[in-house]
Amino acid sequence: MTTAIPVSSLTKRISGLGKAREFGILLALVLVVTAATLNNPKFLFSPDGWRDLLLTPSILVLVAVGQAIVLVTRNVDLSVGSVMGLTAYLTGRLFIDIPGIPIVLVVAAAVVFGALLGLVNGALVAYAKVPAMVITLGTLYAYRGINVLWTGSDRVNASDMPKDFLALGTGQLAGIPILAIVALVVLAIAAWYMKNTRGGREYYAIGSDPAAAELYGLRVTRRVLTAFVLSGALAGLAGVFYAARYGTINSQAGAGWELDAVGAAVIGGVAITGGIGSVWGAAIGAVLLLTINRALPILGIPDFWQRAVVGLLIIGAIVLDRVLAVRQKRRLIEARDQS
Amino acid sequence: MTTATTTSPRVIGDFDKPLWRRVLLTREAAIVGLLIIVALVSSASIKGFGQPITLTYLLLDIAPILLIALPMTLIMITGEIDLSVGSMVGLSSVVTGALVQAGLPFEIAALAALVVGIVGGAFNGFLVTVVGLPSLAVTIGTLALFRGLAVGLLGTAAVTDFPEFWTDLAKAKITGTPIPVITIPFLLLVVVFVVLLHFTPFGRGVYAVGLSKDAAHFSGVDVERTKFILFMLSGAVAAFAGIFYTLRYGSARGDNATGLELQVIAAVVLGGVSVFGGRGQIYGVIAAALLIGSLASALRLVNVTSDVINIITGTLLVLSVVAASFLAWLQKKRRRPGRTPAGAVTAS
Repeated sequence: MTTAIPVSSLTKRISGLGKAREFGILLALVLVVTAATLNNPKFLFSPDGWRDLLLTPSILVLVAVGQAIVLVTRNVDLSVGSVMGLTAYLTGRLFIDIPGIPIVLVVAAAVVFGALLGLVNGALVAYAKVPAMVITLGTLYAYRGINVLWTGSDRVNASDMPKDFLALGTGQLAGIPILAIVALVVLAIAAWYMKNTRGGREYYAIGSDPAAAELYGLRVTRRVLTAFVLSGALAGLAGVFYAARYGTINSQAGAGWELDAVGAAVIGGVAITGGIGSVWGAAIGAVLLLTINRALPILGIPDFWQRAVVGLLIIGAIVLDRVLAVRQKRRLIEARDQS
Repeated sequence: MTTATTTSPRVIGDFDKPLWRRVLLTREAAIVGLLIIVALVSSASIKGFGQPITLTYLLLDIAPILLIALPMTLIMITGEIDLSVGSMVGLSSVVTGALVQAGLPFEIAALAALVVGIVGGAFNGFLVTVVGLPSLAVTIGTLALFRGLAVGLLGTAAVTDFPEFWTDLAKAKITGTPIPVITIPFLLLVVVFVVLLHFTPFGRGVYAVGLSKDAAHFSGVDVERTKFILFMLSGAVAAFAGIFYTLRYGSARGDNATGLELQVIAAVVLGGVSVFGGRGQIYGVIAAALLIGSLASALRLVNVTSDVINIITGTLLVLSVVAASFLAWLQKKRRRPGRTPAGAVTAS
């Protein structure tokens, strides 16, 4: 008896995996990687291919995780691209203006700065009760404007930053890029928090029904605020890594990333209407989004078509989600009628 | 005949107040006021702002935004959104260019681009109404899809060979005035949309859908059909704007008008349309687009860079909505003295 329980829970877990919203998208990712590898084994089985596969999506994964948390609360953060650009430039500036500044301090400063920018968004959304889309559309412009004003035509080059720092962007640990490890750790913590803690579940409760959450006594204002702070902090972290990975930062760094981040989350099954989805899904969505970009030329499709494929993917993912939801509902109704 | 604005909840509550308060103490009036102030101050203090050429360029520059803002206003009043418009401008530009390059007459190419716009809009409408998906997610998808088709069709190439008659017409001014010719079709469209929104059952339906989908449905409004038509209109107008854009700059490129959707939405929201739907007027949106445009051209004349203009646009957008929300809170507090403002629970 006692030995049977773990077995049944294991099978349950496996069948549960098949039903999870994230499974379909994971399957798509595996298919893309397999197809590309069959066409050109170097896509996966070469040090460069393997590294690119993990490294390229890592920065977007960070931003998408923050975006997913905000989306779950039935809000949206359109300012992440601008926040990222600002913190990336801040990173460069700190290295230039304060020679010999410890890297840890720079990372911390960027994260805190990102969190502050997120706090501005969150405070405006939570206290002024203005829709997040409007507020973050405003700060998208405002932050980018500040960035351009601060940067001007200036730009930070790789030679302005210490080698140790740049190594963070390209370096590896046991064959796995450091950036990917950081992204994975952040992802695991966020996923665990969202799934298992009271705080994490409250985000879902708020997104499912804000009014009910308020009546139930959840501190909606504070939760919404922290969701934006988290999103800002993660965009800040992404900004540091952007600087480390690409070396060159001009005033347009991170432009347009907001739609990639939202797109990644949507592909990964995070509902734009709140309350549904996981940070895992958003992360897989981000990986798929950027992997397709590299896979298309190998599959013989010019990469000009990349955005079209991404668009079809987003639409396909939400249509599939909808079909599954409708079917699930019908099944539940049938089950109810039979009992 | 009552106009559809009477369905707006704010106006319902204000009926006991005199007419001037109802007209002047609105968001739209504030934006119009701000526009007048900016125009007067700039003409008085900035050399060159009052000159006809400034007005010409101002109108030419914001024409695509103004055009697309018209259907976007209606879509956002129903509580939906269309993020794919910027990409549709690009796609229609590329379709026009590619067909002209293939040897077709420009008129046929432009017509084909319009058809592409209508089909693209219908695709959005189909996914939103028939499949029942959230428009924000759908149009993020078609934002990528349409842009991808545009870039895929032309690559990095650009088509620049358009009949001179048409490229000249796009920049031409009405004889004897500084007003560009594009203003005429624009004004016609304004009239069409104002009539559609404020003087037809369809328009009242648009407000009703935004206020409550269910209530609208039970009062006999075909919610899905209304939305479907609006998305189709949005696609068509975006395609028209794309053809204009192509002629104005004499160049069809896959990346034309990237990011235009955010500028349009900024104008619509600044103009007093609620993203939750049910509230908004076309004249407010036009005033907001003109305000953003005149601010930009005034600041450019005093050598302020476009980045500061971005900061100002963004801050204006945030401030305008925060101020409105603060005023509403203040009013509520005044109405119920001694009571806390309802535990800060508001409809969201």
